[in-house]
Amino acid sequence: MGKTRRRRLPPLLRQLTDDPTGRGVAAQSGRSAAIRPRNAKDTADKVVDSVCPYCAVGCGQKLYVKDEKVVHVEGDPDSPVSRGRLCPRGSSTPSLINSPTRVTTVRYRPPNATEWQDLDLDTAVDMIADRVIDTRRRTWQDRRHSDNAMLRRTLGFAHLGGATLDNEENYLLKKLFSAAGAVAIENQARI
Amino acid sequence: MAECHPVGFQWVMEAKERGAKVFHVDPRFTRTSAVADEHLGIRVGTDIVFLGALINHVLQNGLEFREYVENYTNAATLVREDFVDADDLGGVFSGWDPESGTYDQQSWGYDGMDVRAPAGSPFKKDAVDDPQEGDDAQTSSGEQSHGAHGADVGDPDELKTDPTLQHPRCVFQVLKRHFARYTPDMVERVCGIGPDQFARIADAITENSGREKTTCFIYSVGWTHHTTGTQYIRAASILQLLLGNMGRPGGGIMALRGHASIQGSTDIPTLYNLLPGYLPMPSAAPPGEDDLAAYIESNEPEGGFWGNARDYTVSLMKAWWGEHATAANDYGFGYLPRITGDHSIYPTIMGMHEGEVEGFFVMGENPTVGSANSKLHRMGMANLKWLVVRDLQMIESATFWKDGPEIETGELRTEEIGTEVFFLPAATHAEKSGTFTNTHRLLQWRHQAVEPPDDCRSELHFTYHLGKRIREKLAASTDERDRPLLELTWDYPTHGPTEDPSGEAVLKEISGYTVADGKAVGGYRELKDDGTTASGCWIYSGSYADEVNQTARRTPNTTGDIASPAPEWGWAWPLNRRVLYNRASADPAGKPWSERKKLIWWDEEQERWTGLDIPDFAGDMRPDYVPEKGAKAEWALRGDDPFVMQADGKGWLYAPSGLLDGPMPNHYEPHESTAQNLVHPGVQASPTRQIEEREDNRSNPEPTEDGHAVYPFQVMTFRIAEHHTAGGMSRFLPHMAELAPDPYAEVSPELAELRGLQHGEWATLVSARTAIEARVMVTDRIRPHVIGGRQVHTIGLPYHWGPNGLAVGDSANDLLPIVMDRNTHISEFKASTCDIVPGRRPRGADLEPFVQAYRDRAGSPGRPITPVEPGRTPEHHGADQRPIPPEELDRPLAGTDPHGPPKDYGTTEHPPLGRGREPDWTPPEESA
Ligand code: SF4
Repeated sequence: MGKTRRRRLPPLLRQLTDDPTGRGVAAQSGRSAAIRPRNAKDTADKVVDSVCPYCAVGCGQKLYVKDEKVVHVEGDPDSPVSRGRLCPRGSSTPSLINSPTRVTTVRYRPPNATEWQDLDLDTAVDMIADRVIDTRRRTWQDRRHSDNAMLRRTLGFAHLGGATLDNEENYLLKKLFSAAGAVAIENQARI
Repeated sequence: MAECHPVGFQWVMEAKERGAKVFHVDPRFTRTSAVADEHLGIRVGTDIVFLGALINHVLQNGLEFREYVENYTNAATLVREDFVDADDLGGVFSGWDPESGTYDQQSWGYDGMDVRAPAGSPFKKDAVDDPQEGDDAQTSSGEQSHGAHGADVGDPDELKTDPTLQHPRCVFQVLKRHFARYTPDMVERVCGIGPDQFARIADAITENSGREKTTCFIYSVGWTHHTTGTQYIRAASILQLLLGNMGRPGGGIMALRGHASIQGSTDIPTLYNLLPGYLPMPSAAPPGEDDLAAYIESNEPEGGFWGNARDYTVSLMKAWWGEHATAANDYGFGYLPRITGDHSIYPTIMGMHEGEVEGFFVMGENPTVGSANSKLHRMGMANLKWLVVRDLQMIESATFWKDGPEIETGELRTEEIGTEVFFLPAATHAEKSGTFTNTHRLLQWRHQAVEPPDDCRSELHFTYHLGKRIREKLAASTDERDRPLLELTWDYPTHGPTEDPSGEAVLKEISGYTVADGKAVGGYRELKDDGTTASGCWIYSGSYADEVNQTARRTPNTTGDIASPAPEWGWAWPLNRRVLYNRASADPAGKPWSERKKLIWWDEEQERWTGLDIPDFAGDMRPDYVPEKGAKAEWALRGDDPFVMQADGKGWLYAPSGLLDGPMPNHYEPHESTAQNLVHPGVQASPTRQIEEREDNRSNPEPTEDGHAVYPFQVMTFRIAEHHTAGGMSRFLPHMAELAPDPYAEVSPELAELRGLQHGEWATLVSARTAIEARVMVTDRIRPHVIGGRQVHTIGLPYHWGPNGLAVGDSANDLLPIVMDRNTHISEFKASTCDIVPGRRPRGADLEPFVQAYRDRAGSPGRPITPVEPGRTPEHHGADQRPIPPEELDRPLAGTDPHGPPKDYGTTEHPPLGRGREPDWTPPEESA
C-alpha cells in the first residue's frame, strides 16, 4: 500500500526516497505498475502440477487455472527433467485444452449414413457394451481342433491405443479386454 | 533429438559444455547436427555396418574394457559346434529353413545348453501337428519365444567356458570373426561415411570409455523402424558392453520414446504378446501343457529375477480375479485368452478386410495417418461393423467414411460404408489425474486441474463404465466364458457427479497389496506365489509403498549429485532405481571402477551395498558370493553378476536364443533400397522380414530388378518440433499449424536439378502403393551418396499431415509398404523407395491410373517379388498371417453354441459382413 502512495510522487522524489539507482519505482508508469507477469500466482485461482502430454521427455508443467479454465502454462522450474523449459508443443498446452475445434459431445454415425448425429453419452456406452457382447459371442473361439488347445478368446474386436494414455488407463483396458477374451489389444508403442 | 525431444536435448548441450563430444549420425543434417561436434551423414538403413565397424575396431585393436568383458559378459562362453556364421553360408546363419523362411535356433545355443521349450512354442514342434500353427514363435514377437522374460540357459555348470577368451568357439572369438567383415572401407562403400570421419568417431568413443569415462548412445525410431531394427539395438548393446558402458553413470543406450507414456504403454502393455511387467501372454498349448505350472516352467529360469516369475504371475492373477483366483483354479490362469501367432495391429487390419475383425476401439491414436500404408487401414476400417474412436479432435480415423482420400478417388462411397462409428470425446491430460511413464522409466503423477467439458471423459472413466455396463448385462449369465468378466475385480471408488473412478486406487492395485489386510506392499520382493499378495504389474510394485503415491513426489534436485539427481522426484521402476544393472558400476570386488564414475559400492564394515542409487539386487549380497547348487532367482547368480534379468547374469554379446533373425547383427539392406547388399551380395534384405503380401501392399522392385529405376529414390519419414506424430494434438492448434502449415519433402540440390523440382513448389511422390504431394524443400541438409559408383538420393519426408484440422495435406505413410521386423512386428517406416516429379498429384479418379502407370512400367503387378533369398518361396510371404481356418476352430455360431443357445443381449443377429451391405444395426430412436 505504501508503495502505491509513493508512486504518485514525482519521479525525482520517488528516486530520492525509494529508488537510489533510478531503475525501479522511479521509472515506473502507472500502466507498467499495473501489468502483472503472466505467471503471477495471483492471476490464477490455483496452479496445478502436471506433466507435458506430448513427447516422452516428461517436462514438468504448472497449469494456471482461473474460473475452472486452464489459462496459462509454465514450465516447472523444480523439475529435474526440464528445469522450467517447455518446447513449442509443451507451450501449446492451453490451446490444446481450450481448442475451439475440440469436439466435446458424442457423435454417432449409423451404418451407411452420410452425416453425424448426436447421441447421448450414456446411450452410446450402452450400445458399445451391446456390440462388444454380441461380437464376442459370435466370434468366440474355444479350442483349436488339431491339438484341442484352449484358446478362450475372440479376434472379433480389437483395440489400438495411443501412447498418451495413463498407466492406470492402460491397465484397466488390458484387464477388461483380456477378461473379455480379446487378444488383439495393441498400442502406438509397437508402431 | 533437438527436434523431437527438444527439452531433453538441454542435457546433451550441458554435457557438451562440460567437455563431452557430440556425434550425430543421421541421413539428414538437422537441428541436432547444427550444434553437434560432428554430423555423420549415413545412408539410410546401413547402421549395422557402421556399428559393426566400430565393434570390429574395438576387437581388432584390443580396445575392449577387458576386466568388464571378462567378468560381466558372456564373452567366455562357448557356442555349439554346429553353429555356422552367415559369412560361411552366403548371408544366412545356420538353422535357416528355406521352406518356411525361418530359422531353427538350436545351433545358436551355448555348448551344453539345453534349450527348454516354452509351452506352446515352436520348439515343441511335435506337440502341434498343424504346420500352420506349428510356428507360433516365428510369428510371435521375439520376446514371446522368450528373451524379454529371461531365456533359460540351462545349468551354468554344464556350460563350457574359456576365461582366457582364446577358444575359437568362445563368444569373444565368434564375435571377432563375425564382425571382421565390417571394415572402415565397408563403411565408406555402404554407409557413405569416409575413413577419416570414421576414425574420428572410433577414436572418440574408445578414448571416452573405460574406468574413468563412459559413452552414451541415444536412439529413437530411426533405429526401430527397420526390418532389422532389433539388430541395430543389439549392435549398440554389443559395442557398449565391450566398452564397459552399461550399468554405469553416463553410459547406457537411451531409447528416446516418442510419446508421453509410450514407455508406460509397453510396461503395462496394451500389446497382444505381453501381460503387465513383460510377462508373456500365454500361447495356446495342448491340454496338460497350458496350465500355470507349464507356463511357469517355460518362463521361470533358475537364475535372475525372472526366477520369481511365479510370484509376479500369481500376484497379477490375484489383482485381476481377487477371491476367485485360488490355488484350486490355478489362480484363474485359465481365464486368460491364448495367442497363436501374430495378433499385432497389421494382421488385425488384414482381419478387418477379411471380415474376421468386426469391432475396433481406437483411443488417442490415428492409424489412418500414423500407420504404414494408411490406405490399407482406411479400407479395413471401412469394412468394420462398428468402430469406437475416442479423441480430442475430429481426427481422420473417425471421418474416413466421410472425407477420406478414397472418397475423393471414388474407391469408397460413403453410403456403401457399413461401419457404425461412435466418436466419444476424451479428456485432456489436465482434466484427469494419473501417471505417465516417461522415457527414463520415470512415473510422474499429474494432478487434475479442471473438469472435462460436456461429454468428455477420461479413458479411465470410459473403460471402467464400459466394463461395469458389460458386467451388468451379463450378470445373469451362467456361461463359462463370461466368468472371467463377472469375477473380475472391478469395484473402484468413484467420485463426483460423473462417477469418475479413482486413478489412485488403480495405481495402488498396480503397485500391489497384501490380500488379507489390503495394505500396500513395499515392492516386488514382497510378492508371493501363494495368493497372499496382489499386484497388477510387478515392475511397478512399490510405486504406492507406505500407502503413499510415490509417483506424485516433487522434491527438486537436492543432492546436487549428477549421478543421482532428485531421487524423490516421481518414482522410477523398478524400486525407484535410476540406473539399471548398476552392479556393473563397481568392479567385481565391489569397488567403483573410478571415483569419477562411482554409483554404488560394497561397504565391508556395514556388510552392505551403499551409494547413490538403489542396488539392482539384495543389498547384503557380498561381491564374492557364489551360489550353492539349487539356489533360486537372484541368489542363483554370483555376487559379481550384474545383469540380473538374464538367467546367467551376464551381458549378452551374443544371443544364444530369443531373436528370430540371428544371434548376432548382420547387415541387410532395407526391403526397398537404392543399393545392393555389398556385405552379403546373395541376400539383399533381411531373410526373416515379415511382409504383408497383397495386391494393395505391393512392394517396389529391388535394385537387382529391371523395374527398380521406376522408383529410384530412397525416402525416409521423420518428425519435426512443430508437430506431434499423426497430428491429432498439433494440426488442430492455430500456432502449431502456422509454424508448419504444409507437408514438405526435403531434397538435395542435385536431386532437385535431376527432377526439375522448384523450392517451395509442389511435387508428387509416387510408390507402388499410391501417390502423395508435398512442398519441395531444396536443401543442403540432405546429401546424395555415391554407392557402387552410382549417386543415390534420399528424400526426407515428415509425416504429420492428413486431411483434417488447420494444417492439412497428404499423409506420408500412405506411400509406405507394410513390411516388418519379425522380432517386433514394427514396420520399416524409415526406408522405402519412390519417385518424385514436379507438380501436384492427380485428383479424384485420375489418381489410381497415374499410380497404375508406374506399376505397369515397373513390371505389373510390381512385387509380389521373386525372392532373391536362398530358397525363399513367394508363398511364404504373409503365410504366417493367415487366420486359423474356421473349421479349425470351435466357433460357436449363433444357435450352434455347445454351451446352449446364445442369450438375448438386446442386439439383433447380423448377416455376414461385406462392403455395401444394408445397415444392420437399428439406430437408437432418439437419433434416428
Ligand atoms: S515440452 Fe516439448 S520436450 Fe518437453 S515433454 Fe513436452 S513435447 Fe517433450
